[in-house]
Amino acid sequence: MEARILDQFRAIVGRGLITETSQLHTYECDGLTNFRVLPQAVLLPALTAEVQAIVQICQREKIPFVARGSGTGLSGGALPVDKGIVISLARMNRILEVDLLNARVVAEPGVINADVTQRVAPHGYFYAPDPSSQSVCSIGGNVAENSGGAHCLKYGFTTTHVLALEVVLPDGSIVHLGSRALDRPGYDLPGIFVGSEGTLGIATKVVLRIVKKPAVIQTLLAAFNTTEEAGAAVSGIIGAGMLPAAIEMMDNLAIQAAEASVHAGYPDCGGLLLVELDGPAAEVEHLIEEVSAICTQCGAWEIRVAQSEAERAVFWKGRKAAFAAMGRISPNYIVQDGVIPRTALPKVLSEIERMSAAAGLRVANVFHAGDGNLHPLVLYDGRIAGQEERAMELSINILRLCVQCGGSITGEHGVGEEKKMMMGEMFAEPDLATMQLVRCAFDPEQLSNPGKVFPRTRFCAERTGPYQPHPLEVAGVAQFF
Amino acid sequence: MKTAWNDLRAVVGAGHVRAGSELDAVDVFIPQMVVEPANAEEIAHALKIATDAGLRVIPCGGTTKRDWGNPLRHDGQSGELILSTRRSNRVVEHAWGDMTATVEAGCTFQQLQKTLAEHGQRLALDPLWPERATIGGILATNDSGPLRIRFGSLRDLIIGITLALPDGTLAKSGGKVVKNVAGYDLPKLATGSLGTLGMITQAIFRLHPIPRETRTLSFASSEGLTSGRESLHDLVLAIQDCNMVPTGVQMRAASSPTENELHEVDVRFEGTTAGCEAQIEQTLRMASGARRIEAPADVWNARSTLWTGVEPSAICKFSLVPTEIASFLGLIRKVSRSPSLHWRLVAQAVGVGLLRLEGNDNATLLSALEDLRKQVESRGGSLVILRCPLEIKSKMDVWGSASDALPLMKSIKARFDPRGTLNPGRFVGGI
Repeated sequence: MEARILDQFRAIVGRGLITETSQLHTYECDGLTNFRVLPQAVLLPALTAEVQAIVQICQREKIPFVARGSGTGLSGGALPVDKGIVISLARMNRILEVDLLNARVVAEPGVINADVTQRVAPHGYFYAPDPSSQSVCSIGGNVAENSGGAHCLKYGFTTTHVLALEVVLPDGSIVHLGSRALDRPGYDLPGIFVGSEGTLGIATKVVLRIVKKPAVIQTLLAAFNTTEEAGAAVSGIIGAGMLPAAIEMMDNLAIQAAEASVHAGYPDCGGLLLVELDGPAAEVEHLIEEVSAICTQCGAWEIRVAQSEAERAVFWKGRKAAFAAMGRISPNYIVQDGVIPRTALPKVLSEIERMSAAAGLRVANVFHAGDGNLHPLVLYDGRIAGQEERAMELSINILRLCVQCGGSITGEHGVGEEKKMMMGEMFAEPDLATMQLVRCAFDPEQLSNPGKVFPRTRFCAERTGPYQPHPLEVAGVAQFF
Repeated sequence: MKTAWNDLRAVVGAGHVRAGSELDAVDVFIPQMVVEPANAEEIAHALKIATDAGLRVIPCGGTTKRDWGNPLRHDGQSGELILSTRRSNRVVEHAWGDMTATVEAGCTFQQLQKTLAEHGQRLALDPLWPERATIGGILATNDSGPLRIRFGSLRDLIIGITLALPDGTLAKSGGKVVKNVAGYDLPKLATGSLGTLGMITQAIFRLHPIPRETRTLSFASSEGLTSGRESLHDLVLAIQDCNMVPTGVQMRAASSPTENELHEVDVRFEGTTAGCEAQIEQTLRMASGARRIEAPADVWNARSTLWTGVEPSAICKFSLVPTEIASFLGLIRKVSRSPSLHWRLVAQAVGVGLLRLEGNDNATLLSALEDLRKQVESRGGSLVILRCPLEIKSKMDVWGSASDALPLMKSIKARFDPRGTLNPGRFVGGI
């Protein structure tokens, strides 16, 4: 990068400019480590005005930028782009305001997810979105990815809990989307910004909605011989008209890994369910009996209800550690994030089993069973030639299966770099062209996290509607895949 | 233009294109034609024909909220047509095991609920005029009622959408699963956009079970006592600040010729019998200062009663943070004191509500509305006029002041509808 531009950046952020190659390596990937790009520079602004000044330079000099929170994303959303810079929001980590009476919290993007709950917990509130990485992931990253978590079955996703944002647009202007009061007249811009994976601008302030803690939380653990039986119990619970706070399922391989890693004391079984109910005491006590009865009917041979907060934490520990625990039983693994209609579960699980056998690779399943969000973990050994490729292929084929069953390629991890080629399998060309209209309205020059989410870069001057080859394509100058 | 009308007849069938009449008027403006396509493809095709011919299109469903928005901007040159979803009205799929439903835009809310109820489920929303209002219209106007305190509004319930764009593109976004972050969230962008970006042809929703038990409690303030009213407001805030989970908390209030302005509060619980009873007991303990009354019949539909009364009147949707509701009542009292106006309101505890103002003449109403809006906006809220005399509409933007995001909104509109086919001028900031 030219020295004159670096000088301009330095004038804005001072020591918050990183150009040393050894230090830049820290930022070359996010939680998806098999994609790496070294950024030209990393900037760590501390104020909205600094973010704005940086983006204005990027706009003037046509430098692509990628915003980054804690770098825990699992789809390569924060992967740097060629000839681009990374803007880390880690220094903007203050909780600016807590308004308990209206259940609003104003946070900077670098605030850690769990810190919001920690701040309001003494007053009986919590921040509901709870991705498994919540002790390290940032609110800004959650906004970009529309992060979920185990409890979004009942409480909704990040988008449910973001009421307003201050955003630096790719043209360097600052705008305010939404408001603290509900239903601000105009287009639902927070609705479109949350989950846009950093392609529409950089959030510099976020107004969050917090939720009152339920009176009672009860967590039940049930052991089944098979995932089919566990799946039947899930259908039974939902069919009985209950909306648990969470329903999680793990198969035997996932249980083995969790046990080896954190010793949660799970029974050695083919399918494990964790069901959490919360709400008024009288209601939860009654419903947990019903859940227990349904599980028994569906073949559960062991049922435990957590008797204390400590025991509940242990129940969850195994589940939350499941991804990382795979390292105990396999040198390498790929995490996937498909979604299926809940009723397709038996079919999809047996198909995954078949595909896994055909590929000669083990697949562990961790599953937000209540909302159909499947996390198949494809295990492989990268030292064995050809295994990584087969594992990648298997994981893509599992996503394909999810789409064929009427589901989605991602429930909470985002499309990012990793799954952009799958977008065309889920959406038709006119669907993608229409999404691109939004992109072009926010970022006509495509400087904000370019090349992510969509299967090909599309110029904003292109016509919408049925697919038309770009003049450069016709002339053979450029190709799009 | 004549060719365009013929093309439209060819697409939807001559029997489904008719001349507009007074019954089709939007405000007082009568569109030349009413076109009723049978399905999404015909809607998209008709839109393309209209756009290519430079016609303006007013999307329409059950016509219950047809006058919402600013007056249509028309130049007298281009023709206007109503594109109705009335015939595209099927419940396409109720995947009850997955608790989702796919429905065409022209389906009435009541028809959808009837179908869902066969499997003990519902769309957890309580819009105005459910027997006539259609899914497309409810989405375009982002209507919601008391249930939102527990289930959120449409943005929290819609998971997929099909939009017909002015160039004839049919585009899908979202999907049939509740949890899905693939691509931009166009269902949310379309919700509340008043048909200015595209016509909603189909929507997919997440569903909830019909509750096993529903119980309502109502309270009234003691007559003439300011302290009684205040304690009722405190009750509304206290219920939100405790760990009960009501599915409705609303306040009803009206002006009074004497100082005895009556305020009433309704609280609803759903769930198991034991859960409802425990929460009712807890509410009664918290409400010890209030007078319990028999809940009026159909009290959760109280919003719709604001559409009847003395004319001229204006009906507004207001939104504030919850703690501002009490001071909002003070503002209403102030603006309606002299010259004297009558008012009634139904406010949801989350801070959103409807207000009816009745005055002797339009000038009085206009000045009260301007005053009230100024105060509400200075508190970070909004006041949108849903219905009022046309004279007022011509002098006051029904949506209120636009934010610094207006250029961005205009840019989105320009991308989706570059020729300004859809509802020109009717949305925020002249969009």
